[in-house]
Amino acid sequence: MRINCPICGDRDRREFYYLGASDYLNRPAEGDLDAIHTYLHIRENPAGVTKDLWHHEAGCSSWLVVERNTSTHEIHSVTLASEVTK
Amino acid sequence: MGYNAFQILKEGLTGNKGWRPVWRDPEPKSEYDVIIIGGGGHGLATAYYLAKNHGIKNIAVLERGYIGGGNIGRNTTIVRANYFMPGNSEFYSHSLKLWENMEQDLNYNTMHSGRGLINLFHSDGQRDAFARRGNMMCNQGDDAILLDREGVRKHLPYLDFENHRFPVYGGLYHPRGGTARHDAVAWGYARAADQLGVDLIQQCEVTGIDVKDGVVQGVQTSRGAIRAKRVGIVVAGRSSQVAAMAGLDVPIESHILQAFVSEGLKPTVDHVVSFGMGHFYLSQSDKGGLVFGGDLDFYASYAQRGNLPMMEHVMEAGMALVPALGKAKVLRSWGGIMDMTPDGSFIIDRTKVDGLYMDCGWCYGGFKAVPASGWCMAHLMAEDKPHEVAKKHTFERFRTGHGLMDEEGTGSQHNLH
Repeated sequence: MRINCPICGDRDRREFYYLGASDYLNRPAEGDLDAIHTYLHIRENPAGVTKDLWHHEAGCSSWLVVERNTSTHEIHSVTLASEVTK
Repeated sequence: MGYNAFQILKEGLTGNKGWRPVWRDPEPKSEYDVIIIGGGGHGLATAYYLAKNHGIKNIAVLERGYIGGGNIGRNTTIVRANYFMPGNSEFYSHSLKLWENMEQDLNYNTMHSGRGLINLFHSDGQRDAFARRGNMMCNQGDDAILLDREGVRKHLPYLDFENHRFPVYGGLYHPRGGTARHDAVAWGYARAADQLGVDLIQQCEVTGIDVKDGVVQGVQTSRGAIRAKRVGIVVAGRSSQVAAMAGLDVPIESHILQAFVSEGLKPTVDHVVSFGMGHFYLSQSDKGGLVFGGDLDFYASYAQRGNLPMMEHVMEAGMALVPALGKAKVLRSWGGIMDMTPDGSFIIDRTKVDGLYMDCGWCYGGFKAVPASGWCMAHLMAEDKPHEVAKKHTFERFRTGHGLMDEEGTGSQHNLH
C-alpha cells in the first residue's frame, strides 16, 4: 500500500504511522464522559470507505486524513489534517 | 457415523463412497428459543453448551457462509493458558481444561496436542516479567517452568543462539500449551451440537435484527424471518456490522493478522515457540507444514489479505530466530479479520437490547478461547448472568476505565494492540 502525501508525494506505507479513525479530530469538551468514551473507544468500523488519520512519521511529519476502502485497500484521497480542521 | 479403524479400512477399499454428511442441513423454522448468529468455533461451541449444559433444545446457528469457513479455519491453532491479568487468567485456565477433555466430550478427534509452548526472553527485564507471569500461571493452577538458556537449547536446538541483537536468555515453558486441528474443532462442535438437536443453517445471512421496545424479537435473514426471544451475536470479524443491525455501537476496530504455512517438512519443530522481540511465533502441523505468524498489519482492514511490509517483517524475524527457515518455501499465506478492542481483551456481555447478547472482540487470540467462550456465552444466554470466569469481560469497562485487561500494558487505545 502506498499513500500519496500532499507534501512529499507517493510514499511507501512503512513511512506512516496509523492512529485510527478520523473521529479523533472531533475531541469532545472536557467533563462529558459519555462523549469521551465514544471518542476514545466506539468506532463505526465500516467494511468499505472510511477516513482515518495517518502520521507521516518518516517524512514531513504531517498528520493526514486518508480516505480509503477497508475491503480493497484502495486509497481515494489524502488531505492534510490541518486543512480538514480549518 | 462412527470413525474407527475398521470403517477407514472398509471405505479405503471401496472408494470412500460410503461417507455421509455428519450433520443435517435443515430448513430454518419460523421460531427458535435461541438463535446464535455465526457458525464459527465460538458460535458452534455456544450452541453446543446451551444444549448440553443448559438443556435448551430448540436452537439455531445461522451461518452466512459455511461451517468452518471463517477465522476458525484460518488461524495458527495455538492453545495456551499463559495470561496474566485477573479476568483473562481464570478464563483461559478454564478454556485449557476444556481443551484437554474436548475429544472425549465431543467424541471427535480434534487433534489436540499439548506439545508445550515456549515464550523466549531476551533481556533481564523480560526474564523478570516472564518469571512473574509464570508465577501467575502457577497461581491460577496451570503449569509454567522458567528455562535458562541451556534449558531452551535442550528443547530447541535449532534456534540461533549466536544472535547478538536478541540473545536467547531463556524461555517460559508452558508444557500444557500446544495446538489443535483448527477446522476439526469446528466440525467436532458442529457434529456434537447437531446430535443434540441444534439446527445448523448454512448460507443463511442475517440481514436485520428485530427489536421492539428494547426487546429482541428475532432476526431477518436471506432465508426469511426467524423469531427468537434470545439472540446471540457471535461473529467476531464482523461484529460492528451485525451489532449495527440492532442499533448497537461497539468498541471494535477490525484489523488484519497474517499467517503463513510452509511446504510439508519432516518433524523439526516439536513445540510452539514465540519470539517476543521480533513478534514471531512458530509451530509445525501434523502434516509437516511450518505454521507461523507475526503482528497485526496495524491499520483497520477487512481485506482478508495482508500487506507486504508485515510479511517481510515476519520472514525477517523468523530468519533471525531460526536461520534454517530460509531453506523452507512458503506455501501459502492469508489474513484474518480481527475484532480489536481498545484493551486487547474480549467481550462476552449483555447489550442494551433485552435478550440480545454479544460475544466479540477476540483480537488475535480467539482460537484458544473457543471452548470457554462457548461455555461462558451459553451460561450468559441461559441464565442471563455472566459466568464466573468471564464476568469481567464487559462493555462497561471501557466507559469507566475500571477492570481493563491490557495484557501488554500499552494503553487502552485501538491502535496499540
